[in-house]
Formats: sequence, C-alpha cells, structure tokens
Amino acid sequence: MIASEVVQERVQIPLAAENLSTERIAYLDQLVNQAQTAAAVFTQFSQDDVDRIIKPMVLAGLEQAQNLARLAVEETRLGVMEDKVIKNMVATEFAYNYVKDKRTVGVIREFPERNLVEMAEPIGVIFSLLPITNPTSTVLFKCIMAIKTRNAVIFSPHPKAWRCCSEAVKIMYETALKHGAPEGVFSCLESHTLQDNAYLMRHKDVRLIDATGGPSAVKAAYSSGKPALGVGPGNTPVYLEKTADLNTSVVDIIISKTFDNGTICASEQTVVIDDEIYDAALKKFADLGAHICNEKETKLLERTVIDPQTGFMQPMAIGQKATDIARFIGLAVKPNTKLLIAPIHGVGREHPLSVEKLFPVLAVYRAKSVDEALKVCLDVNHAGGLGHTAVIFSRNDEIIRKFGDVINAGRVIVNSPGSVGALGAVYNDLVPTFSFGCGTGGGNSTTDNVNIYHYLNIKRLARRTQNHMWFRVPNQIYFNMNAVDNVRQFPSRATILVTNPAMERIGHVDIVRDRMAPEAHLHVLVIPDAEPEVKVVMQGVEALNFYKADQIIALGGGSVIDAAKIMKLKYESPAADLEELAAPFLDLRKRVIQYPAEKINRARLIAIPTTSGTGSEVTPFAVLTDKERGRKVTLADYSLSPDVAIVDPQFVMSMPKGLTADTGIDCLTHALEAGVSSYASAYTDSNAMQAIRLVFKYLPIAYEQPRDEEARSMMHNAACIAALAFSNASVGVNHALAHAFGARFSVAHGRANGLMLPHVLAYNAAVPAKFMPSPYQQGYVAHKKYAVVADLLGLGGQTVEEKVRNLIVAVEGLLDRLQFPRSIADLGISRPEFERAVPGLVKIAFDDPSWRSNPRMPLMSELVELFWKAYEGRGARELAPAQRKTA
Amino acid sequence: MATSAVEPNIDEKQIISALHAATEKLEDHDGELVLDISTVRRIDTNAVRALEELVQLAEGKAVKVALRGANIDVYKVLKLVKLDTKFSFLNGHGQRSTKLENFHAEPTAK
Repeated sequence: MIASEVVQERVQIPLAAENLSTERIAYLDQLVNQAQTAAAVFTQFSQDDVDRIIKPMVLAGLEQAQNLARLAVEETRLGVMEDKVIKNMVATEFAYNYVKDKRTVGVIREFPERNLVEMAEPIGVIFSLLPITNPTSTVLFKCIMAIKTRNAVIFSPHPKAWRCCSEAVKIMYETALKHGAPEGVFSCLESHTLQDNAYLMRHKDVRLIDATGGPSAVKAAYSSGKPALGVGPGNTPVYLEKTADLNTSVVDIIISKTFDNGTICASEQTVVIDDEIYDAALKKFADLGAHICNEKETKLLERTVIDPQTGFMQPMAIGQKATDIARFIGLAVKPNTKLLIAPIHGVGREHPLSVEKLFPVLAVYRAKSVDEALKVCLDVNHAGGLGHTAVIFSRNDEIIRKFGDVINAGRVIVNSPGSVGALGAVYNDLVPTFSFGCGTGGGNSTTDNVNIYHYLNIKRLARRTQNHMWFRVPNQIYFNMNAVDNVRQFPSRATILVTNPAMERIGHVDIVRDRMAPEAHLHVLVIPDAEPEVKVVMQGVEALNFYKADQIIALGGGSVIDAAKIMKLKYESPAADLEELAAPFLDLRKRVIQYPAEKINRARLIAIPTTSGTGSEVTPFAVLTDKERGRKVTLADYSLSPDVAIVDPQFVMSMPKGLTADTGIDCLTHALEAGVSSYASAYTDSNAMQAIRLVFKYLPIAYEQPRDEEARSMMHNAACIAALAFSNASVGVNHALAHAFGARFSVAHGRANGLMLPHVLAYNAAVPAKFMPSPYQQGYVAHKKYAVVADLLGLGGQTVEEKVRNLIVAVEGLLDRLQFPRSIADLGISRPEFERAVPGLVKIAFDDPSWRSNPRMPLMSELVELFWKAYEGRGARELAPAQRKTA
Repeated sequence: MATSAVEPNIDEKQIISALHAATEKLEDHDGELVLDISTVRRIDTNAVRALEELVQLAEGKAVKVALRGANIDVYKVLKLVKLDTKFSFLNGHGQRSTKLENFHAEPTAK
C-alpha cells in the first residue's frame, strides 16, 4: 500500500464525477478525443512501424534515467535516487529486451497443427493512473507497452509526483512523435483532481483503465464499469528455511528491503526463520548493517511507525531511510544502519509490525517447525497481501513446492530478493513489469505481471479442422463356406464356447468342436438366446476363470456374440465397471470414461455369427440387459471388437424365413445409414455400397430359396461388410426409432428397422429443418448419396429427386417381397395404445446416441411424425408432412 | 440531386492540401462531392482533423460527401473516430456500398 493512498482510504475516489465545470469537461473530452484519433490512426501501423518508434524511446529513457530519478526523489521525498535510476533502466532496457522480438501487430502467434492463428487488436484509449512510489519508471514502462501495442494513453499522475511524471511523459512523447507515432498518442492530465479521474474512468471512449496505485484507485477503476487492470496491496511473507544458503539469503533480503527504501510493494515484510538458524541469521543481519531491536525498541516501533488507529503504516515513514526513521522516533542506532529488524511473536492487530511497511523496517518470527513457519507465512499473506508476492529461501524442493502451493501469491520468489525479483527479468524469468496483478485475492482481474498482452485484445482465427478419421476392423476375417476350418490354426489350452440352445441342438457346436486343434480343451457354455443379462455374463466370467480360458468362441446371433464380448471384458479386466463404461458420449475421442488397458487375463475372442444381420462379429458394440434396473446398457469401444471373425455361411443355411428377412433388413439398414452418416468416409462408403448391392440381389433369393448356397453366402458376407461400414461410420435415426419401438413392443430389431426405413429415407432426403453440426460433413449430401445408391442398383431416374423416390420404391418393394408388415398397425398394436406410447418412445429415441451421426438432426416433433408415419405406413414417397401431436 | 463534383486520385502525400481544397470547393457547390482516395494507403491525425472539418462544413451546406476507393485500413480509422457515418462510401467503380444508412438506395443491378 502507498502512503497517500492510505490517507485516501478515508477520502475515497468518487465513483461519479460531480461538480466538474463545463470548461473542465471540455478539456477532458478534448484529451480523450485526441487520444482516440491517435489510437485510430495507430491501427494502420505495421509491426515494423511500431518497432521503429520503440527503440529510440527506450534509448531516450535510458539517457534520462538519472535525471528522472532525481526529479522523482526531489518531488516525492521518497526512495533512493540511485535505486530509482535502476528502476528507470529496468523499465526501459529490460522491458525492451522482453518486447523487442514479440509480435504485437497482425498475426502474433500461429498454431499450424491446430489450424489456429492469434491476431492482435489494440485496445484504443487507455486511462492510466500512476503511483507515487515508482512514478517515472511506471511511465517509461507503460509508454513502451502502449506504443508496442498501438494504443494511446492518458496519464493521471499521483498529485505528489506530477512534475516528474509529466516530464517522463514529455520525453517519451516527443521521442515517439519524432519517429512517426501519431500525434496525441500520450497526454498527461494537468493539475487534476479526483473528479477528473472519476470522469475519465467513465468516459465512453476510454476503453481500459490501468490503475497502478492504492486500493481506492483500484477499487474506483473496477467500479467504473470499464475493463480495468489493477494492482493490490502487498504484505510479503518470507520463509527463511534451515537449508537456505544463509549468506546469500540475508544479503538478498537486505538488498530487497532497502531497495528504494522499501517502497516496492513486493518487498519483504515479515521474515519467518526456522529455529535452527534463527540466531545465526540475526547475527548475519547485524553484521551486515541491520539493527536488531530489543523488546522495548520493538514496542517503540510499533507505537510510532504503525498508526494505532488504523493499524496501517504511517505515511511519514514511507520510503525513508532506516537512520532517518530511527532518529525521528528516538531510537539510537549506528550511523550506517541499513535496516531496523523487530522480532514479533504473532500476526494480527496485536502485533502491529506484522502489516505492510514500505520502509526499511522488517519483522522477524522464530518458527519451531516447517508447519509453524508455513502457517505464520500464510497468516501474513492473509493480513493484507493476498495474491501479491511471497518469498522463500530454501534448498529443499519439496518445501519450496509446498510453500508455493499454500500461499496465495501471484509471484513466489525463490532464493532471490523479493522486490527486484518480482519486477521480473532481473533475477528470474518473470515478465518484467511495474504493475503486479494480485488476482481475486487482491481484487484484480489477473495475477500476471502486467505486460504487453494485457494491452491487446487477442483475436483467434480458427480454420475449419477436420479430425483424422479411422477405419478399424478385426485384423482377421475368414469368410465363405467352411471358413470355420480356420479355428484349427489358433492354439489354445482352454476354450469356452459360448452359444445358445439351438446351436447345440442343430449340431453347429459339433461342427466347431470337430475343427478345434486336438490339444485344445473345449468347454461349452449355453446361454439363453436373448439380449444378454448381467447375471448370464457373470456366469460366463466364472467359467472363464474356472478353466483359466485363453480363448472364447462365440457361436450364435448378435446376442450371443455381445455376451461373449462382455464376458471377455470382465474376464480380462475384472475391475471394469460396466455401468461406468456405458456412460454416454458424444465424441469417441473426447469421451470421459476410458476402457481399461491393463489386463489381468487374456483371451482371444473368435466370433462365428449364425445370422446374416447384426454383424456383431466385427463391431465394437455390445448391448446388455440389466433386468434388475430394467434398462439396456450399451457398451461401445474398439477393444470390444472380436479378434477373429469367421463368416461361414454353413451356419445360416437353416435360418428360418422370418429371421432371414429380419436380419437381412437389419443389414440393409446398417448399410444405408452408414452410407449417409456424418462420419461416412470413402472407406465406409465402399463397404456400405457393396453391402446394399448384395442385399438387394441376394436377400430375396435367400428368403425364397433358403438352401441357395450362393445367396446365403453373399448375404452372410453382406452383413459383415455392412458392419465394417457402420462400425466406423455409425448408424442413424432409423436405429434410434427402432431401438425405442422394438424394446417397448417386443418387436425384433430387424423388423423394427424395416418399419421405419422407407420413412427415414424420405426424411433424410428432404431439406432438413435442422442440419446436423458435424465437422466431418461438407454440405448436405444425403439425398445425393441415396441417388448414387439408386444408380448403383440401376433403378433409373433423371434427377436426384426421382432417384431417391425410386430407391424408396425399391426398398418398399423388397419389404413386400419379404412379406414384411408395412405398418405398425399391421402388428396389431391399437391406435390408442400407440398414442399413449409415443411420448415415451420419442424421449427414449432422442436419448439414443444412434441419431447423432444422422445427416439430419431430428427434432422431437419430427420423431413423433416419423413414428406416426410408421404406424400408419403411409407411402414414404409422398413426402408430405403429417399433422400430429408433438411429444 | 445536383451533379457530383469529383476530386480524382487524391495523393496520399498531399491529402491534407487536397482535403482543404475540397473544403474550399464546398463554398461553390451543392449536391454531392466525391473524393477519390483510392491511392491513399493510410491517413494521419491531421488528415482525420481535415476530414472532420470537411464534414462539418458540408453538413452546414447540406452537401453530401462521398469517399471513393477507401481501403479497409482507412475505413477502420474513420469508424473508430465515428466519422464513417458522416460519409457515404463508393467502391473503386463508383458504386455505392450497401450500408445500413443507405438502405433506401436502389439495389445495384446484378
């Protein structure tokens, strides 16, 4: 805190400008207008233009450093001239060294890997309050910052530092102007009052207030409603820890505390010394020119340099030499005494010297332990210095880090002088500054050492970035008749074969058993043929553990394969929490929950599908039923994909017609949805298109002539190929609708998909009410892709609309040929029952992640409409909106 | 509206004198004054002041002033000092730009 600002605590800077004369207002307006014009003109300057102005300014400042230091001491009666010269030189030379190579015009930083560029926009007019303690150095520093960032500044010096500040501004301005800066870029208020400050803080054309001053000035700045940079009061605690280099530490503290007679707010205030080195430290202080006060002298100091009413430091002491203070209060000290040291026994009002003292008086405290030391430092930190600065002298890295962790300080200076250390660029790599941000602890907006980047608005030019995509599939897929022979090549001590009762009954299990390597021990686990339940999965895990299995073969439909996937997951990573792993996510790359990488056991998973539908043998998905809680749990991760897929049509030759149709349409839906998905790529498109072509050609044959080997083989491949597509491109709204409807009314998945499909095709092909925001899609192409499918199938048509219509007709024709019900009503579900169910269905469908890759973003009202269209089975080719209640 | 007087190709180096000359021309002119500043890369504070004077005088004489070919940097300066609303802006081909204040102007043909 600064002396005058201490006084001004009782005389607050007004929050509104009252009683200003018209002439005064005209003068202030003219200043702002001039600055605004300068700032506007400045926006045209290039980086070279700006850098050409800065260098001569810095040189002028260096040349005038001594003169300005002398003026400052003469006027303010504070500080040490020689130290102020150093401050002026740091404010120019060190500041220049920091800024000279920095880009502050146009593009300032580029991140090519992120397609991102940062660009600079000047602030405009800055209203800058100046302190009494570092008047000229603050001017020099801010002028350099302002020019570097193409801003104009109106300076408001402290009333007791007006002459030296205005001289510094004049030197900087004249030099800047001479080298091309716009006229009016700097100005200095003449004989101003607090009312002037209040008026300018609220002026509509002042864009930023930079308040380097006492708390009331900072408070006024932040209360003005303008963006503001402020500083906070300091009360720097110092921990002199027992492992510190005592020689260096004591000298550093003396350097810092006596620098400019202690006027830098980052200077040491209370030194907490470990008991083991306390006496040695005080002896060293004394040897180097400090006067160690006895109890009586400490009491004298308490009464005199601290105001007993307010508890703050006395203004008369600020920036005065130790010997002058001693003489003034009647304390006998040696003539060359640099520092008065007063032992204290606590922090707070009962220990007056524990507050900030911007003069060469230092409090010291003996700490019996590290814990006590840290607590006392924290007490000092909280006694008026939150967010400012703290210092530690130590060679124990753990204690240094702990200190940094507990103390609330924007700058934690290690093994260096506090004041000069906090300035930056002298003892460390902190950014050089004359304004210390104290963060929220000090009521500021930043803890930074205020620098050029606080004088800029940073704009970010973000180019469209497309994440890399992938095509991930099991690394071994064996297909066509007798592909199951390949199981022999996989060595195994113990294999668990997971299957359903039907597979055992019709002899498929024996087929696999006969193909196993002779030394492999095969154990069969029969599970119900329904979506797997947790209980069933855990039984499987038990079996895997019992036999210490190294291989799992899943022989069955999607449910069996899903069950095997989850059994493998829990067997390999017993701690895996299925509930947690099923957490919803939007982007696989950014998902919160990661699947376990560490595996206690390892088992190869071979999937042998016995339906030509789900494609679960190659997908990274598994669905589980949690009967206890009455819900489905969907797991999705590439680690779930089977290691080997064996797509052998002999296992589907006996599929009943109904199952053939259902699973075949499921396959078609997978392919059509993957084809228009927002994650579609050239890799998935090729698979999707091929699968569609195969389904249209072979599904009717497989349905009508179930013993046709070629048809069965092609359909079996189609299901796998479609799954390769949707494993990487995902599905869409058709699946979201089908999941909800199928679960509610116990309709087979493929059948549910078929009921929705023609309507979803029409829906996706139409111009969306809402486009899906997806970085992977460029423009809206679903209708065009459907047209490509129509071309592939040779359906004819001249325009895209005609081709889409033909595709829908072809799909409807296929459904008819498979004797699919053409409406939900055909399933015998009554209208009232369906009407009651729709709101719930829509909610579940909207919660389903499947639609998030749909090319068209579905509105809830549109989901209602689609359900009703499917209920009534109205011709999708009509493409007419329905009049239905919304959910 | 009376015919426009055009000050062609105002030289960047002599923009101040050109603006002062244009200001004097306003004495004898009514209608619209078009200043071609297409070769002016940037303006300084004196030029800003000269434009402010010009605008003040033009407003007093009910003369509209159009700036032809103002580049984006100059346009930004005028915007920051709030002079942009005092002028109309023509592109290099003499076509008016569609700004809100010109909303009532007839659209340019395609």
